[in-house]
Formats: sequence, C-alpha cells, structure tokens
Amino acid sequence: MTTVKNALYALGLPAALVTLWWGLTIDSTSFYVPKPGQLAVTLWNEWVGERFLTDFLPSVGRLTAGLVATILLGILLGALIGSVRWLRTLTEPLLEFLRAIPPPVLVPLLMLLIGINNQMKVVVIISGAIWPVLLNTVEGVRAIDTVLTNTCRSYRIGGLARWKYLVLPSASPQMMTGIRQSLSIGLILMVISEMFGSSSGLGFTIVLFQRAFAIPEMWSGIVVLGLIGIVLSVIFQVAERRVLHWYHGLRKAQRDA
Amino acid sequence: MSSNPDSTTPTLSVRGLRKVYHSKSGDVEAIRNLTFDIAPGELTCIVGPSGAGKTTLLKCVAGLLSITSGTIELEGKPVTEPPAAMAVVFQEYGRSLFPWMTVQDNVDLPLKTQGVPKAERAQRVAEALAAVELAHVPRSYPWQLSGGMQQRVAIARAVAYRPHVLLMDEPFAAVDAQTRADLEDLIRSIWHRLGVTILFVTHDIDESIYLGGRVLVLSNSPTVVQEDVRIDLPDERDQLTTRNLPEFAEARSHIYAQIQRAKTTTGNTIANDATETAH
Repeated sequence: MTTVKNALYALGLPAALVTLWWGLTIDSTSFYVPKPGQLAVTLWNEWVGERFLTDFLPSVGRLTAGLVATILLGILLGALIGSVRWLRTLTEPLLEFLRAIPPPVLVPLLMLLIGINNQMKVVVIISGAIWPVLLNTVEGVRAIDTVLTNTCRSYRIGGLARWKYLVLPSASPQMMTGIRQSLSIGLILMVISEMFGSSSGLGFTIVLFQRAFAIPEMWSGIVVLGLIGIVLSVIFQVAERRVLHWYHGLRKAQRDA
Repeated sequence: MSSNPDSTTPTLSVRGLRKVYHSKSGDVEAIRNLTFDIAPGELTCIVGPSGAGKTTLLKCVAGLLSITSGTIELEGKPVTEPPAAMAVVFQEYGRSLFPWMTVQDNVDLPLKTQGVPKAERAQRVAEALAAVELAHVPRSYPWQLSGGMQQRVAIARAVAYRPHVLLMDEPFAAVDAQTRADLEDLIRSIWHRLGVTILFVTHDIDESIYLGGRVLVLSNSPTVVQEDVRIDLPDERDQLTTRNLPEFAEARSHIYAQIQRAKTTTGNTIANDATETAH
C-alpha cells in the first residue's frame, strides 16, 4: 500500500506537468517547443537504435569511468590528507585554490595537454567532481571520535585494520554526502567535455541537433540526460542505504532517546 | 591466568607517577606523585573528588597518555604504549563500541586483528557474550540496545580479549541505579571466574566499597594517594545484605571523611604536612 502511495507521489507531479505541457501545446505551432507525443516518438526513434551504441554508451562509459576514478581517488587522497596533519596544513591553500577554479575552463587546457580523446573527458570529470568527495572525506577522517580512537589503540588495532574497521566506516557518512554532490557535477562535466572537440556522445549530439535546427531531437537528448540523472540517483540511494544503514539506525536511536 | 610465577611481584607497579599537561595557557599539573602496587588478581577501586585526575591516571596506566616522570610497570615491563595484556572499558559506552558493527563483530574485532584462529574466536565471543548475559543478541547493533546492555557488550569485548589487567574508567556512571547494581555483581562474578586483575575508577564511594578488596583514595589535583584502605567484607557479596553490614557503613563513613578531606587536600598540602611533621 505504501509502495503504491510512494509511486503515486513520485509520479504525480511529472504527470501533472506533462499534462499541462500537452494542454498548452495542443494547438501550438511553435518550432521550438515540441508536443509531448512528438517528443516521445523522437526519443524512441533517435535513441533506441544505432545512436544508443554510438552516442549513449560512450557517454555513459566516460561518466562511469570518471565517477569511479573520482570516488576512489577522492577517498584515497582525502583519507591521506585528513589523517596526516602536516600534509593537511601543506595542501589546504592549494586545495582551496584548485576547487575555486570552475572546471569547464580546464577543458581547453586539457584538450591541449591530453588531446581530444576519452582520457581527456574522463580527466575533466575527475578534475571537477573530485572536490566534494575529497574535502568531505578530509572532514570525516578528522572527526573520528576520540573514544573510538582510544579503544582501537588500547586493543592495539593499527595499520590496515585501523583503516578498514575505524577510519573508513567512521568517515563514510561524510563521504557519501560528498559522493552525492560529485555525481551531479560529473554528469555536467561529461556533457561539457563532449561539447568541445568530440565526435560522439550526448553533449556532442545535442549541440549537433541544435546547429541543424533539429529541435525535437535536441530536446530528446536533454530528456536522456535527465533520465541518466534519475538512474544515478537511484543507484546512489540503494548504495547509500546499504553502506549507511547503521548510521541511519544510530541517528534514529539518538533522536528517539 | 597469572603469568607471574612469583605472586609477590605486583602485576601493576606505579612509582612516582607525575603528569603535567602542557598547553598555551600554561602547564597544568594533573598528577603530582602517585605510587602504588596492585597484586595479581586484586580488584582495586580508585576514588577521589571530581577533577582529581582519576581518568588521567587510568589513561597513563593504559599507555594511552605519555607520562611526565615516574614509571608504570605491567608484570615487570614498563608501559610505554597500550600493552597486549591490558583491556580498557571506558565510561562512554555509546562511543566506545563501533556503531557499524554488530554486537558479536564488536567483541570479535580485537581477536581478529590479533590473529586468533577463527574457530577459537567464535568460541571466545560466544563465551564472553554468555558471561555478560547477552548471548541472545549477537546480531543486533549497539545502538539497538539499552545503555546498560551496551556497556555489557564493551565488558564482553574486554573479557573475550583475555587481558591480565582490566582497567575500568567509571564504567557505570551513565547508567541507571538498578542497572548499575546488576553490572557491579557482573564485574564481581567475572573477576571471580577469570581471576583477572581489575583497576576500577569510580566517584561513587559505595560502589568502590562494594566491588573491591581495596580502595585507593586520591587527593585533589595535583594528585597524590591520600589513603590506601583495605575492605574487610566477606567475599560473597550481595546488594542487600552486604550494603547493610556494619563494616560497610564503617568503611563508607571512613572513606567519605577522606574524600571530604581530599577536596581540600592536594599534593601541595600533603607535602607541607610532611614537612611540619618532620620538624
């Protein structure tokens, strides 16, 4: 019963908006705003078929590679910086500088340095999306409870075991907060990196359609991006529930107490 | 249990312990000069007014804090880092258990990282959980349990570790009175069964008398040992009858008077007394 209710909540507003859109465009002849039916047909024709292989999959592949590298690197560097005090003092000004640079401006630079290829696009994603994971991991690692630290010390839990059983789980709530932000930044940068010097991908295709005045086709690309965003968010929520189920339980227990 | 063939060698020996905290606003001398021995298998309680440096002392003994001068020896070896033969139960049970691990994983973790074989680990974890009467909740998470149960998990973890010395830092200060009485009896029974040496810090005078065979009364900071009290109560203790014994009342008023004195006594005044007596 609750699942039905939740599904109705989740779909209710989109359904209402599509209905509104349909009502407003029912006798519209605007070149720039397609009708819902027209867009659905275009979406199907454009994206279920060859374009799925030549543009959709390459984009998703770059996004996946970029995000996986972002998360792994961000956690590794963040944990390192967070747990070594001199390293933190040393890197803090630099990190503030680097994260203040808007990542899209790196695209022309990286094109020159790496070339126009997949690596460049993956590096663009990492260079912009890594900051939330990295900085949140630094904070999470710094905030480990001193009683837990002392417990580990008194039971002589050190080295790798300390990382595995204390540091990483303890910082995982902050890490997940960082990852959530990184996912949306990664999606944005995937599109931007494909708009510059690319011959495939969603960003490339959307610009191509726009230049060819293929307006419904352009819109369909934007819808595909939105759908990728939804899928990312669902995957994140499932992962988060698995990784942080203890955290939500703990928080609830503390609230009820 | 005891690894000391010679029972006259103290398990724990503290000599001239001094601890000064350094900070930007100046140095604070938390402990002036502490000297005492704990014999193998003894259950000793440490009481003192609040701010007497009880927790500082315990952390020094546990090897968690560096000491300014003096020596701490466990079974003849100086303590410079947390020794393998020691376990600590902290006051903050809610913060000393890993909230991302189940009860049995919490108890198991120190054994796992020490490289105890898997079959033996399972047996030791089960035994320890049974000893604290928590055999029915191995797969629960700590935050699903009451405060008293959480502290029992922490005790089970220490028991499974099989330390020679168990340090307890006001472990029952944050639980309700009924739970506290149950946990006191639990500590007595574990102590009987395992023959482990226990150093138990508390601010509760009755608790120190009920639990131990010996009570060390600390002075106010900078801390010295103000008095070393033997508790002559029968070994079989009971929350009702033991606490009603005349010896219990006597020990309580004696220690209470000592604590009242301790509030105004510091390492400084005792040193002055000594000089005056010497004159």
